Amino acid sequence: MVVGEIERDAQVVVIGGGPGGYAAAFRAADLGKEVVLVEAADALGGECLHHGCIPSKALLTATHLLDQIAAARVMGIRAERVSIDAQALSQWKGGVIDQLAKGLEQLAERRGVEVIHGKATFSGSRRLRISDGSVGALTFEQAIIATGSRPMDVPGIERDSELVMTSREALMLQDVPERLLVIGGGYIGLELGSVYARLGSRVTVVEMTAQLLPGIDRDLVQVVQRALRQHAVEIHLRAKVTGLKTEGGRVHVQVEREQGEALALEADRVLIAVGRRPNTETLGLEQTRIVRDPRGFIQVDRQRRTAEPRIYAVGDVTGEPMLAHKAAREGKVAAEAIAGEPVAFDNVTVPAVVFTEPEIAFCGLSEEEAKAAGQAVKVGKFPFRALGRALTLNRTEGFVKVIADAERNVILGVRMVGPGVSDLIGEAVLALEMGAQLEDLTVSIHPHPTLSEALAEAAEAAQQRAIHIYQTQVRA
Amino acid sequence: MPREFKFPDIGEGITEAELLRWYVQEGDQVQENQNLAEIETDKAVADLPSPYTGTVSRLHYQPGDRFPVGAALVTFTDGEEEPARPTAGERAPEDRRAVAEEAQARPRESGGVQVLATPATRRRARELGVDLTAVRGTGPAGRITDEDVERDAREGAPQPAATVGEPATAEVGQVPERAAQVAPTRSPLPDFAQWGPVERVALSATRRQIALKMTQALFTAPHAAALDEADITELELYRQRAQELVQDRGIHLTLLPFVMKAAVAGLKQFPSLNATLDEARQELVLKKYYHLGVAVDTERGLIVPVIRDVDRKSLIALAAELGGVVSRTRAGKAHLAELRGGSFTLTNAGAVGGHTFISIINYPEVAILGMGRAQEKPVVRDGHIAVRTLLPLSMSFDHRVVDGAYAVRFLNHVIALLEDPVRLQVEA
Repeated sequence: MVVGEIERDAQVVVIGGGPGGYAAAFRAADLGKEVVLVEAADALGGECLHHGCIPSKALLTATHLLDQIAAARVMGIRAERVSIDAQALSQWKGGVIDQLAKGLEQLAERRGVEVIHGKATFSGSRRLRISDGSVGALTFEQAIIATGSRPMDVPGIERDSELVMTSREALMLQDVPERLLVIGGGYIGLELGSVYARLGSRVTVVEMTAQLLPGIDRDLVQVVQRALRQHAVEIHLRAKVTGLKTEGGRVHVQVEREQGEALALEADRVLIAVGRRPNTETLGLEQTRIVRDPRGFIQVDRQRRTAEPRIYAVGDVTGEPMLAHKAAREGKVAAEAIAGEPVAFDNVTVPAVVFTEPEIAFCGLSEEEAKAAGQAVKVGKFPFRALGRALTLNRTEGFVKVIADAERNVILGVRMVGPGVSDLIGEAVLALEMGAQLEDLTVSIHPHPTLSEALAEAAEAAQQRAIHIYQTQVRA
Repeated sequence: MPREFKFPDIGEGITEAELLRWYVQEGDQVQENQNLAEIETDKAVADLPSPYTGTVSRLHYQPGDRFPVGAALVTFTDGEEEPARPTAGERAPEDRRAVAEEAQARPRESGGVQVLATPATRRRARELGVDLTAVRGTGPAGRITDEDVERDAREGAPQPAATVGEPATAEVGQVPERAAQVAPTRSPLPDFAQWGPVERVALSATRRQIALKMTQALFTAPHAAALDEADITELELYRQRAQELVQDRGIHLTLLPFVMKAAVAGLKQFPSLNATLDEARQELVLKKYYHLGVAVDTERGLIVPVIRDVDRKSLIALAAELGGVVSRTRAGKAHLAELRGGSFTLTNAGAVGGHTFISIINYPEVAILGMGRAQEKPVVRDGHIAVRTLLPLSMSFDHRVVDGAYAVRFLNHVIALLEDPVRLQVEA
């Protein structure tokens, strides 16, 4: 202990104030614990609120509106000169973030959660050092690590110029580059690429694997890819970036395609979106018995306890999928476990959404995954172009697919691509958690005319009973 | 990277064991499956094989220590790399609840066991310490309902067993894991030393398990008993003659196989005694099979191996089987499968010279038949005093399921068969 160092006790310390951390902190406080929340940034909310989910959705909504206005011509809406003031957009986005951050602050205060702004590192299995200007030490009964993740770099490529951005900088929307090169065709690259494409940039996407959105069903990706091409987004698949150089206000990028073919691309800005890595290197975890895997993810049990019994870990640090809603659920599980409740992270599924337009949303198993597991399946597919509401929205691209176990009709997975599917997938998640059968979805009356009917119709299609599409009847 | 070997959950309500001795020392190199230790789990002794090849760096317990399921027993260093797994460090599950967690369904996406249960039901299972993968679901598509979970918690369905060296454990029928809840509250004990010297002896695992079981049985089923005696004079002659015939086969023919046959014949006429009361569904589960548990007194305590399909086996086959089962049980080497599945139980206190005793029903069965020591006694037959061999019989039964008259009629039937060997031969 250093002279002048303040030593304190805490019942529960949460390290990180993002969706995982604040959910854990608030839940623990509601369950009667004294909670200290240590956040390295100036405000609560984490990556999600400040540099991720929220700003990206704000920008996506605004820029998508531009598209919709243009497409509304067919409805008789005449808008000859629609322009966008990037500054104003940025300010509005900032306002949204501020409002939410303030809300979190107030929630923390009302619950008596003490928020300390500083960086925490472990100095033992029950002690933390906090550097917040005045170095202090905190002894805790339980701790929850929720330090999140940060963007990965492309190995061998230095990010030494302002012109080479990660998602963080891209969301700040400093300007609209004439040409934007996106390295990485995953959901972050495509979402941000969409934003800039709609704002007027010429966007090129370079993806290492054989398809955009690797890991997502091909047929879903195809619908999105078509839409991206309509925005003149150039896509290079099976392409790897081998070199990058900034010169004269431009970025020169060397790309290697399969069969060794080399490609030289030029852009005004580059966005690197090749994945994220957990923030676990500088926490002082070596001072504890916490076990990490080779990628830095912390190993946890079903209550999110690490190998150190008093320390839990939630969110991006525990592994894939690195999504805010998974973090939130884990945060609550850890808090409830600390409070002695019989809780476990035993969810059947963690849904995922891609906010391109059209959107992609899915949960549970894909058809391929179910079959690979040896399951006989029934699949029902319903296209949005057959749905009344979709036509009145002037958004007819995409479909909903329901995969069920052929024997018991239990729903195994749902795949969606189309308008507003991010808001439709919740029902499918509930169906999976409850072990619902096709009948449960099809018997439930979905209001008309809404997009939600597409899920029920897809389930009906799996039963060979769809009304709004014609299926050659299979008589058993 | 150091790895730990934790005491696995081997099922049957076993929550802890005692270390008898180590076969290895710290620093030894061991191979996968090499025996590491000898432990006593409830009523049986077992060897624990190593799950890894590697060097033993630390042994965590001393002979005589007790440890719960999940406790780290041995730490290994080096050896084969194991794929990384989530660890729970030194946290040892104190109760069944944590054990049930590990066996619970994993997210379907990760290829886990597909168990259908709503989130609310999953929570209920955790609260009651029930392993969902072992519960039979009665909901649509086999979904497990809250009622299914609650029923399981009361009856204690079998756990998925893991092998621990020899599959030797000891658990009888369906053991209630929450038996502790059934015991009535007691007032605190006085300090007995104030009245004279006392010695405290820790209860063995077997003893504690028996205590739980007996408490649950007695406090669940209203016990009533029917007592009588059978004149087995003729039967004894028959038995002795039969014994001579099988002497050279090394088979020891006691009265027990005869009583088993007579009991089964009785159970066929009085099926409610070969059943279980399912309180949750208000149904009587009538068993169409006749697996008889035979209570064996061992050094560690009472253990009840089960002889299956008694109705389909001959007297000699039963006698042979009994011989093997009883000696294996006494040696603590009875197999897990042999200790479960009984529909009715026989207990023979006559073997140690007892006469009449009121047994406690082997929950969740409905009745238990006890036999005392056969003795020659004077009885009145046709107006004269005659010396006959009498076998005392006492049957405890669950009065929720059958009434006294039913029980007595059953006993009368059994006695009638025991008193007439030819009839026993013909009917049983």
